[in-house]
Amino acid sequence: MSERIYDLVVVGAGPAGMAAATTACQHGLDVALLDEQAAPGGQIYRSVGKPAPADTRVLGPDYYYGRKLVDALQHTQIDYFSSTTVWDISSERVLSVSIGGHSRTLRAAKILLATGAQERPVPFPGWTLPGVMSCGAAQILLKSSALTPPGPLVLAGSGPLLLLIAWQLHKAGVSISAVLDTTPSSNYFKALRHGLGALRGWRMLFKGLGYLVSLRKAGINMLSGVTKLSADADSSGRVAQVHFQQRGHSRVINCKSLLVHQGVVPNVQLTRAMDARHLWHEQQQCWHPQTDSWGETSIGGVFVAGDSAGIGGALAAEHFGRLTAWQVACQQGRLGSAERDMLARPVRQTLNRLMVIRPFLDVLYQPAVEFLLPVDETIVCRCEEVSAGDIRRFVGLGCSGPNQTKAFSRAGMGPCQGRMCGLTVAQIIAAERNVAIDQVGYYTIRAPIKPLCLGELASLVSHGDKQ
Amino acid sequence: MQHDLMFKRLANEDGGTVLVEIDGATFNARAGDTVAAAVLAAGMIPSRTTPLSGSSRAPYCMMGVCFECLVEVDGVPNVQGCMTLVAEGMKILPQTGARYLSMAEQEMYS
Repeated sequence: MSERIYDLVVVGAGPAGMAAATTACQHGLDVALLDEQAAPGGQIYRSVGKPAPADTRVLGPDYYYGRKLVDALQHTQIDYFSSTTVWDISSERVLSVSIGGHSRTLRAAKILLATGAQERPVPFPGWTLPGVMSCGAAQILLKSSALTPPGPLVLAGSGPLLLLIAWQLHKAGVSISAVLDTTPSSNYFKALRHGLGALRGWRMLFKGLGYLVSLRKAGINMLSGVTKLSADADSSGRVAQVHFQQRGHSRVINCKSLLVHQGVVPNVQLTRAMDARHLWHEQQQCWHPQTDSWGETSIGGVFVAGDSAGIGGALAAEHFGRLTAWQVACQQGRLGSAERDMLARPVRQTLNRLMVIRPFLDVLYQPAVEFLLPVDETIVCRCEEVSAGDIRRFVGLGCSGPNQTKAFSRAGMGPCQGRMCGLTVAQIIAAERNVAIDQVGYYTIRAPIKPLCLGELASLVSHGDKQ
Repeated sequence: MQHDLMFKRLANEDGGTVLVEIDGATFNARAGDTVAAAVLAAGMIPSRTTPLSGSSRAPYCMMGVCFECLVEVDGVPNVQGCMTLVAEGMKILPQTGARYLSMAEQEMYS
């Protein structure tokens, strides 16, 4: 029996993945869509098919917009695999996936990795304490469970999501003790150079300013220019106080919950595992896979779209997902190149309009140095409890890259496989060696990219032998 | 479990109730909650201790990245709580330090 080969397998059912899968299907392609969550939407539109909060004003219209993509998906003949984790993709485009504790393989002519973003790790002294959580996590709890963190509540960090979640929690009736803005004041001057782009992208700028004004109007304690952030625990080991400096004064605020955020970065675990070529994005301070104008990576037949290709936001992800689908349809002989280009033209114009504000936002919300190069006592690898000081010590002993500090310190060897420390470790090494981060590189990521029981792996091998 | 550590539930679309056991106590989770969400709603914080130093941790990212939400579910250690939905009768316990081998695994490897 010959195994089915899908024209396109899409990994990730966020805006890029949903739009790409739907579009590809409309052009007659045989499509499978794989996603880790129980329902489509990705993180930005998490649970949008069945949102938890009764009051739709809490999450706002930008969130509910995602329902359109989920509905479109449901009117197609796509093979949709929910609660499915891709843990390996071979060079022959065979995907190894785990579904409900059992592994199987899928074959694809073309693959689209639409694995989205993850929040940038926010290392500071005390970030591992129970009660400290990312802003994205708080938003997920709001969307899918209508849960809000216990007070007193403090939010700290930089970026659009910080203000958005503060506004959403406020609308949900949650009392916020303070919002600590760690955006370096020098960023405002640097960002001005990209001010023209910001003006041309005025809609988004207006929205951001709107949150800021509304939060101030609501009487929420908004403190800017915050530095030297740290958190302390009480005798129970939970977070109890947040310490910081503002305008030369040391300050302390009591809290039971501390939500932190420093922007989002592409999820590159699969493209790394496939050894696709990656580039360092200086403005966004992160790695992204190198692609052509249709999203095809250095590995032919393997595409990326959406935030996993570089941070552009949900709307840009959706549009780019469609571009990629047309290119795949073209490569599979279902769409002529002239027709592809005709379809793509208006979408590229929309994309340009959406992306025009990015340089301004990227520079404005570049994390403060204290979160990129944390002080020695800060844990950088949460899994193996390796501190920034440990990494610096091993660089002093001659380690020149993350794979060496990994061997010496175990940083990056825990269950998260470097997702929470990879950027920080590489940046610390680059700073200590006084070289560009490209010369330092990243961890070598290997399959399985998510921890797997040995029994599950063994069952896949024996199943394969029988065939 | 302390009441003041519990995440608060807003007025929500009725998803139905799922009865689970969290650290020995009965808890009404909402259908559609992940195990990590239920753990936070029940106030089981910290939800694990680390294998290395035994320090306290709780769910951090809620999207499958950080592995801080590891708990024991129905006798299976190191389950990623934020990637697992609650199910009726589920028994959820904190993950204490490193995982151990279950009885079945011990027999398999002995």
